[in-house]
Amino acid sequence: MAASLRCFLRSGKVTVTVRDALNQAMDEELERDERVFLLGEEVAQYDGAYKVSRGLWKKYGDKRIIDTPISEMGFAGIAVGAAMAGLRPICEFMTFNFSMQAIDQVINSAAKTCYMSAGLQAVPIVFRGPNGASAGVAAQHSQCFAAWYAHCPGLKVVSPWNSEDAKGLLKSSIRDDNPVVFLENELLYGVPFEMSEEAQSKDFTIPIGKAKVERAGSHITLVSHSRYVGHCLDAAAVLAKEGIECEVINLRTIRPMDVESIEASVMKTNHLVTVEGGWPQFGVGAEICARIMEGSAFNYLDSPVTRVTGVDIPMPYAKILEDHSLPQIKDIIFSVKKTLNV
Amino acid sequence: MKTMLSIISNALCRMTGRNAGAQTVSEGARVVVSRSFADFTPQATFDIKKCDLHQLEEGPPLKAELTRDQGLQYYRTMQTVRRMELKADQLYKQKIIRGFCHLYDGQEACAAGIEASINPTDHLITAYRAHGYTYTRGVSIKEILAELTGRKGGVAKGKGGSMHMYAPHFYGGNGIVGAQVPLGAGIALACQYQGNNQLCVTLYGDGAANQGQLFESFNMAALWKLPCIFICENNKYGMGTSVERASASIDYYKRGDFIPGIRVDGMDVLCVREATKFAADHCRSGKGPIVMELQTYRYHGHSMSDPGVSYRTREEIQEVRTKSDPISMLKERMLSNNMASVEEFKEIDVDIRKQVEEAAQFATIGSRAAAGGSLQPHLLQQPAAGGPRDEPLVQTQVCQLDLNPNLQIHSDPDR
Repeated sequence: MAASLRCFLRSGKVTVTVRDALNQAMDEELERDERVFLLGEEVAQYDGAYKVSRGLWKKYGDKRIIDTPISEMGFAGIAVGAAMAGLRPICEFMTFNFSMQAIDQVINSAAKTCYMSAGLQAVPIVFRGPNGASAGVAAQHSQCFAAWYAHCPGLKVVSPWNSEDAKGLLKSSIRDDNPVVFLENELLYGVPFEMSEEAQSKDFTIPIGKAKVERAGSHITLVSHSRYVGHCLDAAAVLAKEGIECEVINLRTIRPMDVESIEASVMKTNHLVTVEGGWPQFGVGAEICARIMEGSAFNYLDSPVTRVTGVDIPMPYAKILEDHSLPQIKDIIFSVKKTLNV
Repeated sequence: MKTMLSIISNALCRMTGRNAGAQTVSEGARVVVSRSFADFTPQATFDIKKCDLHQLEEGPPLKAELTRDQGLQYYRTMQTVRRMELKADQLYKQKIIRGFCHLYDGQEACAAGIEASINPTDHLITAYRAHGYTYTRGVSIKEILAELTGRKGGVAKGKGGSMHMYAPHFYGGNGIVGAQVPLGAGIALACQYQGNNQLCVTLYGDGAANQGQLFESFNMAALWKLPCIFICENNKYGMGTSVERASASIDYYKRGDFIPGIRVDGMDVLCVREATKFAADHCRSGKGPIVMELQTYRYHGHSMSDPGVSYRTREEIQEVRTKSDPISMLKERMLSNNMASVEEFKEIDVDIRKQVEEAAQFATIGSRAAAGGSLQPHLLQQPAAGGPRDEPLVQTQVCQLDLNPNLQIHSDPDR
């Protein structure tokens, strides 16, 4: 097992970084099922560009942890073909920006095949890697692909936030017989989170398609995914001091989206703010707005939904510009107050 | 050997007082006297064209053996594909088939020759001109035509159409030019990984030969010695663009660079068979991938929307039909070597026509793909999943492809 940062707390919980949680998930699934293998750039001998696959090559060898040349379209296609022929590949994109090179294989070869073949041909593959903004990597390396992939029927799109999410959802994704796009976040890799005893088990999985209420509240619902769940919780802590209780929902899965959980919350709080790192147009927040409007929760809204998103520009480089191009805690607080009209 | 057999056969004819293949006509009745089985040559050896080689010291043999049974089987296969494609042409013009329809007539020797040289447990993937391979890989004429007409009885229940038909060890039918090549290399990776001595035949056309993802696939296949036979079906035109106008090098068998290559006469089923056997041996011996170029020709245009005469002459098409038709070539070889009779071939033709006609009936009157149920996405249901509200997860049959029994799941029996 790869060395992981662990602090043992009295309750049986441990603290694990997201990176180590992902590593554990892959290690456990590689051990459990010989058909599972990992391929991508630098995943083997380099221990992973972001060290997510550290130690796996040493443990499992060349056959199961495969370094590829810089050929996204080629190796993504190879991974899909291997999945069609009975294996269960994990295809890593160094970042999802590079998945654009291979997007035809993800969509046309992986996502659509089960349907086109009327169920004859399954594609049990996971495409994983860091998604969205990093720190100072500028426009071509900072795009969020949640909306693009979640647009397509035939794919499942998963976006974990903390370590438990990362581990449980990655294990579920690997065990899922459908193609899954697993969107990680580079800025979260080094962040430690508490992991319950249950989550430390080798059989711990989190169901795909179910959101989690991270914080209960009565005045307003905040819905987010990935890194911004943390921002929402931070904003909620600040707002609580002013007597505003936010209910924070961690989507966990973008597609299929757990609209029911959002609706149940909105029917309780009557107000909704969505928070995401991606661009506003045709984004995750836009979809949530449409779905709420189409369902019974619409009648419970006391004000229109507000979306907090990344700014509609290619990501600038300078730190101050970059900071202002992404949702900040103050933006969430501002949106909550605006929605509540306080 | 050939001349000696003819002499013997003629002598026998003189002795029995019959002419080869003759019909005895008596008054008021027409009696066909068929030759008895014992009169036919059971096996013959034929010269086949020498293949051009790239990065290879030796190539496929220059002679091919053909038994009577094999010959009749190859004939039947090719003629079935031919008639099926012509029926599809007819149905398309009647507007019973719609959308894309890329026909394979002229290229039958490629599909038949390849299938004759690989095992059913080997794997095959091709592009959109796929009806021939769909048939040789085991899908019935009925299921193919019914898929083209969008009926529930189609192999993909009407959801795939012309370019998306599947069968065990046959991965379609792929619509995006060149995308099937990395897929094929991946299937070969799975064969290597599972240690099952199987290989993957990965087909593409002269148009796809310029796609970047091919070269990415060649690189990885060679690097990892994947058991993949990359086959370029060079029918001289990528849609409306001739090879000379599309490629800086039209030696497609050399395009693998560091991968050995063979250029093959794709109109001769025996040549294709011998070359593919050679290639399969190469892959199975662990030497890695190999490239084959089959020089072939399509009689139809690129698709049913292309008459196929704006970029080539009718004379050219006619010349290929008269001089190089794969079905005629095989038939003539067998007849001139006394391996079968004209009547036999006629019988086969009649039988095939009947089968194709029946299949077309089935495809025309069968029930259409039903909307409602089939508009739900096919997602495979997981016991652990929450089962989200508005996207019903449909339990579907997953085609379990020949997994190596040594590859185990180590826990969780409920999987």
